[in-house]
Amino acid sequence: MASTKTIWERLGFRKASGVGEAGWSHTLFATFISFIYFLPVLIIIITSFKLQNDALSVPAKFFPTSFFGLIPDQYVFTPTLENFTSVFSRAYTNGGAVESTGFDRYFFNSIVIAGTSVLLALVIGTLAAYGFSRYPLKGNDTYLFVILTTRMLPAIVVIIPIILMFRIVGLSGSYLGIIFLYTAFNLPFTIWMMKSFFDELSLDVEDAARIDGSSELGVFFKVCLPQVVAGLAATFVFGLILTWNEFLFALLLTGADTRTVPVAMNQAVAGGGIGVLWGLLAAIETLFLIPVFLVTFFLQNHLLRGVTFGTVKR
Amino acid sequence: MTTAVLQTSSPAFTQLAPDNWKLAVVAGLGISIVACFALPPNLSFWVVGAMAVLVAMAFVVNAYRRHYYGGLLVSPAVAVLVVMNIFPLLWSLGLSFFAYQSSQQSIRFVGLANYVKLLTDDLKAPELWANLTNTAMFTMLTVSVQMLIGFLLAVLFAKQFPLRRYLLILVLTPMMLSVVAVGVFFSYYYDPTFGVISQVIKAWTGEQFILFSNKTGAVAGIVFADAWMWSPFVMLLVLAGLVSVPKYLYEAASIDRVGSWRRFWTITFPYIRGLLMLALLFRTIEAFKMADLIILLTKGGNDTMTISYHVIRIANEQNKTSEGAALSYLLLFVVIVLTNLYLYIANRRSQGN
Repeated sequence: MASTKTIWERLGFRKASGVGEAGWSHTLFATFISFIYFLPVLIIIITSFKLQNDALSVPAKFFPTSFFGLIPDQYVFTPTLENFTSVFSRAYTNGGAVESTGFDRYFFNSIVIAGTSVLLALVIGTLAAYGFSRYPLKGNDTYLFVILTTRMLPAIVVIIPIILMFRIVGLSGSYLGIIFLYTAFNLPFTIWMMKSFFDELSLDVEDAARIDGSSELGVFFKVCLPQVVAGLAATFVFGLILTWNEFLFALLLTGADTRTVPVAMNQAVAGGGIGVLWGLLAAIETLFLIPVFLVTFFLQNHLLRGVTFGTVKR
Repeated sequence: MTTAVLQTSSPAFTQLAPDNWKLAVVAGLGISIVACFALPPNLSFWVVGAMAVLVAMAFVVNAYRRHYYGGLLVSPAVAVLVVMNIFPLLWSLGLSFFAYQSSQQSIRFVGLANYVKLLTDDLKAPELWANLTNTAMFTMLTVSVQMLIGFLLAVLFAKQFPLRRYLLILVLTPMMLSVVAVGVFFSYYYDPTFGVISQVIKAWTGEQFILFSNKTGAVAGIVFADAWMWSPFVMLLVLAGLVSVPKYLYEAASIDRVGSWRRFWTITFPYIRGLLMLALLFRTIEAFKMADLIILLTKGGNDTMTISYHVIRIANEQNKTSEGAALSYLLLFVVIVLTNLYLYIANRRSQGN
């Protein structure tokens, strides 16, 4: 039966058969739902190619081309890349000199700060989750609850002492301070999430490895960790998304050199003077979306595989 | 076996061993106290930090030599959380007992006066209650809508079908947007003249549609934006549970001709219960803290103030730092009671089954 592979299967589409597999009719339905769900994002992306008067036109102009005269002219706008160039350098006053906006630096900052802190939280949090799951301390649940509590207060409460603390130590406006803060910010979620993945694992496999002479380190690295790769990917993506878009801490704790994109975006919104520059804001958001979109897309297989290994489920 | 015996006996107090944590604690405390008095604050902080690292190292070596793996694994996370979360939390707890404004230098101990003022003041207490009921309403509405939409989306994507991974990433995108962009662009969509939604409704009914003209509209607008943004989060967690159900269970059920409703409750639900609860817990906590979308969409107008936005106003805009701290501890108390209730119910459920 090897020769029954169709061209669609070679392109990566599974043949619709068996339990839990649906065909093209399901795809049609899912496409419809996904498109409606994606529509607000699509409008943002379309707006990034519009000039200001096109963005504010009534009726709204949706289409970049008229598709050979198919769409009436009043719904068509001329796409432009001007917004994307003016993200990085533009004239602040009408007819003034073109200046760099510093957004290249802000994008670099966002990548360094979010990437480092999420990875750090993942390493520390996974170790802690393994500890909480396999070697319960006295009052284990209390510790877990206290860790969760740190996420419950409005950020504004924690931030005042942290601002004072950072100012005394000289960490305010530095990469180190904000990276440590974001690591702590990500830890509760990482620990709870990874613990639930470790709890799902079967202890029998680990005991078998111990009987076969594996050390505790070997059990962790060679038996447990490979089984929770999907969990690590999911936790990484969630942490990255939350940290990437975090606004309040970044607003209050980053300096001119370490400013992240959400803060700069907010300033671009507020500093327009003649109202929001919709095209520019949309261009910033579109560019800002790309890295985290790509990471999610490439880790997606792991995300979906989830906890499928559960063969000897407790 | 001799090494094992040696490892269990701890070193004498005066012995200079790397795992002698008692000596490390005493020496670290002593040097820290001396440094605090003798050195300026920015230098003494680093000395105290170095001592904390020394003590931590002693604990780690001690834990490793005596096989306290639990403490060993947990300690880095606890250290980061203590410095960045617990310590600031305790500081602001202390601050809530003082009269302190960040715009002024004066600080004065007032005991429970901040709390009493918030709970009994003729002006502040009704406002607090109104904000609390608003927060409860927002939390219930957004979380239930998110759980419902997220669950339905997860069911939609649980099957294997062509183009699935490309469609899935489209649905996940709202979650990846910055809150600033979502807030600003939803106010663009809701705008009475050039907003997309208003234009569609105007073409339909012929009247200008102003969403934020009354409380119902404002609440609906905020809940819609928040639910749209965070339903994918619930979906992803539920989906991870749904795809983890072994297929042979479904095959066995189809052989036994089990109805789809019963198949869901007996096979699918036990696999997604834990993740559903996790999603519920984290979304409730986040919804309780909701402020940024409201700041961007209505600025608290039309009676849409939440308690978290109220704290931000008091602490940041009015500079009443200690009053804000007191208010957020009242809030924390409410949240802890609710979370305990939730964990109690969740535990009882899982034991009952």
